[in-house]
Amino acid sequence: MDLTQSFSSLGADIIVSAPLVLTMVMGLVIVVLDAFRRNHVATPWIAALTLAFGLVMEITRIGAASGTAYYDLLRVGGMAAYVNALIFGSGLLTVILARPYLESIGHHIGEVYALILFASTGMIVLGTANSLITIFVGFETMSICLYILTGLVRTNQGATESALKYFLLGAFATGFLLYGIALMYGATGTMYLHEMQSAVGDHQTMFRSGVGLLLVGFLFKVSAVPFHMWTPDVYQGAPTPLVGYMSTASKSAAFASLILVLYLALPSTQWIGVVAVIALLTMVIGNVIALAQTNVKRMLAYSSIAHAGYILVGLAAGSPEGYSGALFYLLVYTVMNIGAFGVIALLEWDGTQGSEQSLDSLSGIGYKKPLLAWSMVFFMFGLAGFPPLGGFIGKVAVFGPAIHSGLTWLAIVGVLTSAVSAYYYLRVLVVFFMKESNPDVATDNITFSVPGMSAAVIVLCVIMLIVLGIVPTFLDVTASFFDGNMLATLP
Amino acid sequence: MEVTLNWYLMLSAILFVIGVLGVLFRRNVIVIFMSVELMLNAVNLTLVALAQHMGDTTGQILVFFVISVAAAEAAVGLAIIIAIFRNQQTVDVTEINLFKY
Repeated sequence: MDLTQSFSSLGADIIVSAPLVLTMVMGLVIVVLDAFRRNHVATPWIAALTLAFGLVMEITRIGAASGTAYYDLLRVGGMAAYVNALIFGSGLLTVILARPYLESIGHHIGEVYALILFASTGMIVLGTANSLITIFVGFETMSICLYILTGLVRTNQGATESALKYFLLGAFATGFLLYGIALMYGATGTMYLHEMQSAVGDHQTMFRSGVGLLLVGFLFKVSAVPFHMWTPDVYQGAPTPLVGYMSTASKSAAFASLILVLYLALPSTQWIGVVAVIALLTMVIGNVIALAQTNVKRMLAYSSIAHAGYILVGLAAGSPEGYSGALFYLLVYTVMNIGAFGVIALLEWDGTQGSEQSLDSLSGIGYKKPLLAWSMVFFMFGLAGFPPLGGFIGKVAVFGPAIHSGLTWLAIVGVLTSAVSAYYYLRVLVVFFMKESNPDVATDNITFSVPGMSAAVIVLCVIMLIVLGIVPTFLDVTASFFDGNMLATLP
Repeated sequence: MEVTLNWYLMLSAILFVIGVLGVLFRRNVIVIFMSVELMLNAVNLTLVALAQHMGDTTGQILVFFVISVAAAEAAVGLAIIIAIFRNQQTVDVTEINLFKY
């Protein structure tokens, strides 16, 4: 190819992927700025403005036709814009929630915001990847930033333990993902997802082993059983608002990438069985173990494992309807989880990022902090899947397609485990509102300060959760991504 | 005797399995970390051999990314290991067990 032509196409690609490029550049700007003005007050706001700009840009592009950039390495527009908007939105809410939280635990470090921007860059590269190379690069950029954010409070034993477990198991999973990529490449001779199916030829065994290993890497990242063991330990020790970010944005990116892999590279139905069994195990084990938890963050970690199972039900359906349901569920899940972790972050008093604080220590808090406790009511009912909140519509959107694809048994298990989950979600509310304040802990003597911005974010999450539940048009938006010209726009 | 593609693939598969076994059975964090690096480099060997065999460069391009990612991972990983050693004076994974179940 002619060099001038390459440069002009590069210019066009940079404009199309402006939010991605800007996020990365602003991350670097914050690193440099922090070297001269240590922990400056403006740092979080630079990050927040960058993420807000990206969010607005991507929302305006959701309706646009999907296409590719950088020689087909990344996807833009349509589904890619939706996933990016989800990542930017989650990052923005996290930055606003994290600033007062990190100040209160004495770890308000400028680099945190740079790392959030870098992690968002990695998530976008992963969530819009059209080639195995970009999947690997995005996967690792995201993971390495998250390892650092987990171990942010490096003087705390629990936080460093979380970071170590996350790092070792994450790096182990990366090895499998990479071996899978190598075998898929060897079987097909191409790294592009949309070229794989036609190029497999007679190397079926090698291709299947490759896909199996690639799935191990992805299922680790979305914390599906049997690769879920790291999740509770990491969530318990990491700074709480950043856990909200990890559990929503990284899951959105990994699921979006998995959907692209399944939709573009593996359109045949032979993988449905595998995904269905894993979805079943994830829903059952996540919900059952969550019943026994006394620490709220650990309980929410098992709940996030269970929700990964619900989303996998949508993927197991293997139809465009199922994929769009899963994408919609990711939006609802992001809103609920950012809110729930935001509330828990504001109700923290033990000085170890909530890793030692039991649920019972918060008994009777509903009368002391009514706004937070009532917001928690919405999040818990939403997570349990009660109508008319978004969680209910989300569950309909993933279980419905599974029934249409003949996986009725999976949908039945999903509904039953959701019923089980209501027990541990509603127990939080019972403790908040119907129990006497615990005299051993005496939360009466602790003042929980609620900054205005954090309260605003939590109220916004509540409003979005209600809107997603009663306005069904959002589901049509995600359904429009898979209308057939997603493949057609590829050259 | 000619060295064919399968020899390279076998060698890298064996190295990968050694890495996996190292992660699963060793207790020292640094040795576990070295085993992870061995896994990544085993995959690099596969990629280079396949790319050479097919006369296609994309596999070798991915190898460059893997090398740089492994370097970044080493920096972050060793920093985490140092932090945990400062807190607990141990790098034995069986003794780093604050959170369980």
